[in-house]
Amino acid sequence: MKIVLQDLTKIFPSRNKKSTDEVVAVDHFNFEIPDGKLIGLLGPSGCGKSTTLYMISGLQKPTAGKIFFGEDDVTELSTEKRGIGLVFQNYALYPHMTVLQNILFPLQNLTGPDKLTKVQMIERAQEAARLVQIEELLDRKPSELSGGQQQRVAIARALVKMPRVLLLDEPLSNLDARLRLQTREEIRRIQKETGITTVFVTHDQEEAMSISDMIVVMKLGVVQQTGKPQEVYDDPANLFVAKFLGTPPINVFKGRVEGGWLYLDNERVLSVGAVPDQDVMVGIRPEGFIIDPNGPMHCKISSVEVMGRDVSVVSTHPALVSPSIRSIVDADNKIDPAQQTIAYRIKPHKLFIFDSENEERIPFEVK
Amino acid sequence: MVNSKQWKAWLYLAPALVLLMVFTVWPIINTVRMSLLENYSGLKAAGGATFNLGFGNFVKVVKYKRFVSCLKNTVLLCLWTVPISTLLALLIAVALNSIKFLQKALQTIFFLPYVTNSIAIGMVFAAMFNIVGSFYGTENEIVVTAGIINNIIEFFGGHRVNWINSGSTYTANMAVMVVYIVWNALPFKILILLGGLQAINKQYYEAAKVDSTPRWRVFTRITVPLLSPMLAYVIITGFIGGFKEYTSIVGIFGETMGPANEPLRLNTMVGFIYDSLSNNSQGRASAAALILFSIILAVTLINLWVSKKRVHY
Amino acid sequence: MANQMSVLSAKRIRAQFVRQSLGKALFYAAIYAFLLVMAVIVLFPFYWMLISSVKTLDEYRLSVPTFWPRVLMLNNYISAFTTAKLGRLFINTMIVGVVSTLLSLVITILTAFAFARLEFKGKELLFAALLATMMIPGELFTITNYGTITTFGWKNTYTVLIVPFLVSVFYIYLLRQSFLQIPNELYLAAKVDGTKDIKYLWKVMVPLSLPTLISITILKMMGAWNSYIWPRLVANDDAHRLITNGLRSAFTDTTGDVNYPVQMAAVALVSAPLFLVFVFLRKYIMSGVSRSGIKG
Repeated sequence: MKIVLQDLTKIFPSRNKKSTDEVVAVDHFNFEIPDGKLIGLLGPSGCGKSTTLYMISGLQKPTAGKIFFGEDDVTELSTEKRGIGLVFQNYALYPHMTVLQNILFPLQNLTGPDKLTKVQMIERAQEAARLVQIEELLDRKPSELSGGQQQRVAIARALVKMPRVLLLDEPLSNLDARLRLQTREEIRRIQKETGITTVFVTHDQEEAMSISDMIVVMKLGVVQQTGKPQEVYDDPANLFVAKFLGTPPINVFKGRVEGGWLYLDNERVLSVGAVPDQDVMVGIRPEGFIIDPNGPMHCKISSVEVMGRDVSVVSTHPALVSPSIRSIVDADNKIDPAQQTIAYRIKPHKLFIFDSENEERIPFEVK
Repeated sequence: MVNSKQWKAWLYLAPALVLLMVFTVWPIINTVRMSLLENYSGLKAAGGATFNLGFGNFVKVVKYKRFVSCLKNTVLLCLWTVPISTLLALLIAVALNSIKFLQKALQTIFFLPYVTNSIAIGMVFAAMFNIVGSFYGTENEIVVTAGIINNIIEFFGGHRVNWINSGSTYTANMAVMVVYIVWNALPFKILILLGGLQAINKQYYEAAKVDSTPRWRVFTRITVPLLSPMLAYVIITGFIGGFKEYTSIVGIFGETMGPANEPLRLNTMVGFIYDSLSNNSQGRASAAALILFSIILAVTLINLWVSKKRVHY
Repeated sequence: MANQMSVLSAKRIRAQFVRQSLGKALFYAAIYAFLLVMAVIVLFPFYWMLISSVKTLDEYRLSVPTFWPRVLMLNNYISAFTTAKLGRLFINTMIVGVVSTLLSLVITILTAFAFARLEFKGKELLFAALLATMMIPGELFTITNYGTITTFGWKNTYTVLIVPFLVSVFYIYLLRQSFLQIPNELYLAAKVDGTKDIKYLWKVMVPLSLPTLISITILKMMGAWNSYIWPRLVANDDAHRLITNGLRSAFTDTTGDVNYPVQMAAVALVSAPLFLVFVFLRKYIMSGVSRSGIKG
């Protein structure tokens, strides 16, 4: 089922009673989440992504705007009636119930046409447990489980009632790095198998990029860009999105466009077609650098890190805004650590220029 | 160096230890001693009498009709007041926890009975239940005022009851005591339970909401189990307090411990100990005190055992 | 997975929304109704005490009660004060309360400090033994203590009302917990600077534990105010009688044709100081009580 967010806005009153400052957590969010897709809400902390998730769940009421599940306006509907599944950041498993009791709990609340017999409930619970591969843990208490196991139980509990929408709040943040990698694949697999429209919140761009069908990048309550992960990465709408996506992060420079050419410091780096003369911000992806002795861009090498398949070159440049330039080049390139400088040619589609005032992207024709 | 430090620590402890030796440790030893000396009496001992060693005091106490009635009163009061006050306190605490407007004000009101003097407020309760005049259920009775409680009962179409006056029934007396003790016990229990409720992670309630859990099921399946450690605490302290009940009865009935025609009818275990003491029967008093102690210990252990099975985490 | 939960139509949503807001309103109405009824029940004895205390005896004895006094008989308070000799009782209770609180605080502070900071042989064992005595009902001690103080010749003195209860294991426990919250580094730093233990205790530990000490003070004062059994046993003469005991013996009759207005005035006078303390120091009382379970 698709979810439509229409001008969704949430304003929190100021915590300090005396001041009248309000916090706009979410500002006129418009988006349509297509049926059966996995959507990642992405942004730094305080960007309004969790608030958005909680508004979809109904645990928080929007200040303005509407939420539709399919064609139904559910804005005023309370959480209980929405038929959603929600996995909390800390899982919120009931500590006094066993895993099985935790998973059964939502089923025991079903009434009317959805009401199940005891046998059906157990079958459904076991099916959910099988899906997240915790069948052998059903008799344990949550305190006897590892973080990853608790996480699976939480997902099973959310899935068992076959919700119309599954919401996950920072589902991987409490797991260690190895488990995080494994669990995110798991979430992807479960979502594919069930086909339930799923929204998850994360501050980890890698996590969002790797499993989402679509991502929504937010900053300070405002949606910056939505789209398929690769599209957003390849075509960022502004400097914030460009900086937020990608590891290692994009390298940012101060530059100038003059006569159809982009200058970094005094080096003429790239032809940018019909862009008018102006000062600009420039972002170059780490993989956008090609080592070329005749290249126009000269950087001073700080260090070279060999990482097997790739080599990561850390260097500096007079026009640089980021602390250092990190470029990823193929390990076939032999770099003599003794050499002081390195010359690069830039792949045009890995370089973005932005307005220096509002940091919006300025498109240019690659020649 | 080390020795001087040790010496200093004992200096800090000295005042407390001296007092504890005299007023706590010695009494424990002495109580056991006196309880095992048959018919021990402080007066007779001072006169040079000697006493046989044995369990005579215990046997005598248990066979004593007055003691059995004291025990029965105490147990009955516990069995009525602990469940009623715990349940009421739980409901009030849960209700208080679910509101915002007026929460602080109501919380203060519900705590008020705690800062009272049980004798003084007992006198108020007595006034509320007392009938001025003579009321024996006979034809020539003269009732001046029936007391505010009877007035309220009559306002709702009931019949007046002789609660505490001469000729009142045991059941009526106990009912008054239960009302008063519950009234007195509520504040502490509400305070503890509300504190427990506020410590429960709100996310459990959000999770329950997501799963469309009806309110009643949230209460029985989530709130009560998560509150069970606090409930166990409140029940255990309630039983301990209940077995030591004495002053609230003095508050309502005076030192006669019963209606005028039946003094000592409502006497309790503690009352029995003091009566024995004022009769200079220290042996009997000691035996009764040790019995009281073992009952409290047993009830506490049973409670702990039950809660270990029932209390989650 | 199989079929999803039944789909909501717009009509059903509207119906559900109405039901959900109605249910919510009813629920909160019931909650507030319950709380207000309980609050009235809890407050009623206080209300009845106050209005009865200013009624005339004739008004009190009306067969149909009045819920607001027709004439304010403030004279009842004067009669109460003189009948029960409340003045003397107040003074006695204040003397006992203040002296025993002060001494008790000193002993509690010294003992708690020893258990929290000093090292000596058998510390843990001794502390456990102290805690174990909290299990024993006070009556068990009273029997022997009554004999002890008679031997000491303390009957009908202030001493007998103060000394036997100076050490409270519970207060020591409370204060030790509060002392343990203070980082040990502070103590070590003070040692390095050559600060004497007693000075450190007085200048650092005591000020930092002030909330606990205030809680203890209030509970101890309330204890003196409410104590009944022991004073009746050992100091029941006019010169030393305490307030609760005095109140009870001044109005021995609780049932029958008693002059209730005067009695209620006396009760109100005895209760007033407790209420004042409560109004101003509610926070300390509630935090002290929530850690105790012991009345007074």
